[in-house]
Amino acid sequence: MTKWVRRRRTALVAAVAAATVLASACGAGGRSEGDSGGGAADPGITEDSVKVGAHFPLTGVAAPGYSAIPTGAKAYFDYVNANGGVHGRTIEYVYRDDAYNPTNTSQVVNELVLQDEIFAMVGGLGTPTHSAVLDFLNSNGVPDLFVSSGSLLWDQPEQNPMTFGWQPDYEVEGKIIGKYVKENFPEAKVGLFLQDDDFGRDGEKGARAYIDDQIVAAERYAPGNTDIGPQIAALQAAGADLVIGFNVPSYTALSQLTALRLNYQPQWIYSNVGSDPALVGALLGRFSEGKVTDSSMLDGAITTEYMPGVDESDDPWTQLWRKVWDAHGGEEGELSNYRIYGMAQAYTFVQALQAAGPDPTRQGLVDALEQVGGELRGPAFVPFRYSADSHAGMSGVKVVRIKGNGSEDLSPVQVTDNGDAEITEYTEEQATPPANGIPDVQPAG
Amino acid sequence: MPDSVTAAARRLLPSSVLGRNLLGVLAGLLVVVVVLELTGPFRNSQFATMSYYAIAAVGLTVLTGLNGQISLGHGALMAVGAYTTGLLLETGAVPFPVAMLAAAAVTALAGVVVGAAAARLHGPYLAGATLALAVGVPGLAIYFDGVFGGEQGLRVSSPRPPDWLADAVYFVTAGDLTSARYLAYIGWITLLAVLLLLANLTASRYGRIWRAVRDDEVAAELAGVRLGRMRVLAFVVSAACAGLGGAVLAMVVRLAAPSGFTIVLSLSLLTAVVVGGLGSLTGALLGSALLVFLPPAVTGLGTDLGLTGTQAAELAPLVYGVVLVVVMLVAPGGVLGAVHRLRHAWTRRRQGARDVGAVGSSKQGG
Repeated sequence: MTKWVRRRRTALVAAVAAATVLASACGAGGRSEGDSGGGAADPGITEDSVKVGAHFPLTGVAAPGYSAIPTGAKAYFDYVNANGGVHGRTIEYVYRDDAYNPTNTSQVVNELVLQDEIFAMVGGLGTPTHSAVLDFLNSNGVPDLFVSSGSLLWDQPEQNPMTFGWQPDYEVEGKIIGKYVKENFPEAKVGLFLQDDDFGRDGEKGARAYIDDQIVAAERYAPGNTDIGPQIAALQAAGADLVIGFNVPSYTALSQLTALRLNYQPQWIYSNVGSDPALVGALLGRFSEGKVTDSSMLDGAITTEYMPGVDESDDPWTQLWRKVWDAHGGEEGELSNYRIYGMAQAYTFVQALQAAGPDPTRQGLVDALEQVGGELRGPAFVPFRYSADSHAGMSGVKVVRIKGNGSEDLSPVQVTDNGDAEITEYTEEQATPPANGIPDVQPAG
Repeated sequence: MPDSVTAAARRLLPSSVLGRNLLGVLAGLLVVVVVLELTGPFRNSQFATMSYYAIAAVGLTVLTGLNGQISLGHGALMAVGAYTTGLLLETGAVPFPVAMLAAAAVTALAGVVVGAAAARLHGPYLAGATLALAVGVPGLAIYFDGVFGGEQGLRVSSPRPPDWLADAVYFVTAGDLTSARYLAYIGWITLLAVLLLLANLTASRYGRIWRAVRDDEVAAELAGVRLGRMRVLAFVVSAACAGLGGAVLAMVVRLAAPSGFTIVLSLSLLTAVVVGGLGSLTGALLGSALLVFLPPAVTGLGTDLGLTGTQAAELAPLVYGVVLVVVMLVAPGGVLGAVHRLRHAWTRRRQGARDVGAVGSSKQGG
């Protein structure tokens, strides 16, 4: 038997050696210079199609809620394709699962860019996950549009020229919440409940810009650790009668249940990210093993909004999303705020692609967004801050109170910027959706 | 092939274990070069991914398969290697091979500590202790977020191919040395080096002693083996491999973040080792390949069959689980165990047939 193995191994070595020699013989010897330039030869785009991709947690702990976003985006792209596409091109949308694990994100984004050969990335989700692929996308010149996260990382045009944010960043949201508390709860002792990463840090920075002297405690939780009893008890002990939470939905549910157990009843304010009533309601039911069955616990909590949600059935945008969902995604489940989020991102991408003109290149798409991105109007209450110097997303939110699965306005829509920028009321009337539901942006430049 | 030729070829093969292993590794290197040059950037990146799983898995298979110690904490040891590499590369003063060696050294040190504790434990207790490691270490990275970057992790600047190398490769193959290919080369050259070392080690005195300890502690001790010391040694060797794997992971993924080193990673390594065939280096390679190539293949198949993206993504863990169950039912010795069994059965039948034939012909002759 050893004879067999050896004989085969020798043959293998010979074959491999021969193959190597052959491969080297095919070598060209010298490098030809100056074959860059890309142009119409950019990957992912042909005469009649353009391919975009994204990474989302479709399985695992972060999947509830977030896994619905790409289904919304897909429905809207299908809707646009059914109506003739963009400049005659249909949009092909590929999304892959990273289970909210940055190691997986790097693998699936490799797959999207190198194998699927996407033209652009649209809406990749998560701060730790997406930061794992930031360098890769930028060094490969792949437009990295509308990251689904409010981190400030996406606004670094010098370092990451291809990456753009989309939703209002957490600092801007924190500032507007801070100002609201200062004006409406001037006597309140404020406690902060923060996710221990950029999310919590940026939000805290924004809030402290206005109510630093009112804050009596700042408690942080590590995502993954589901016992937040100590943090909530510390907030209670510090006498906080108003708690601002920069946390994800599952921690909204956990903080509610923990406070219930401790008989702690402050006024809750949650950042937009953590406040979807439908999802929090479902999570409350699951965490309490059925003892809490609806989202009524969240009634009266304050949060922010930057576009109309699924409950506002009279809003023309929500009506558009419902029409799109009924036609192109209906059998996958109910329309939800997460699906609307995906559709709104897809809407912005269609605008960007239109602005890039009839023969878009990767660089052209980015240039177009820098040129006209600030003028784009869509479902959001406020404009984007896109320019050559800024890749930051929406500039503001309005403060609302949660009521059932919906909300009522507490403040007008306000806009601001990072750092010392003033908060001002935004007075421009919200745009109405185009009659056919598809934007019509003229090519830039 | 006539027997004389084989004999001549055999004479050309070195008689020492080291020599044979060296030749094997060289052959492996040739295969790696050919495969990496002939495949596209995406396959290159998959091979890079496979290399870091495999580096850690071969280390684990030595520990679990040869020495009989189970470890659910190898993901955490990979984290130690990854963070060490990240911190060192961040300074910009350290070339990456030095950072990798340092990662292996630091992880080996962690292995001494864990191994010393582990040497006193058996079976489920050992599993529990190493499980604590897997759960605890990512928490450290979150707690000391000033150094380790907290939940968002540490960005790692992965090495770019130096110009002279890129030019040399272009000269030979007319292909650009992409960063994916370069990282795959780094990963696989590391893997081959680790394989060479481990293949020698397991064929040596230490390998025999480890097996002796695994098979019968009392007998081994009677034969003069110092159990504790040998167990710790096995753990250290295995930990160093995990550290190297973590170093390659950090450079390939360009990030070291706690969510990348959950208990899932430790369990994946263990499944790779078990599915491939416990105790076998080749088996660990097979298992790692399964980890990397199966999920995208299943997702792709699902999409082709008309499933939505979400459903296709959910199919991957399902199929992975089914494969695991089937392997355990049909081939408890892993894939390699099954191959060995089939080959034994085949040789026996052939031998049987030859014996019958021999008897028949002798009858004819007589």
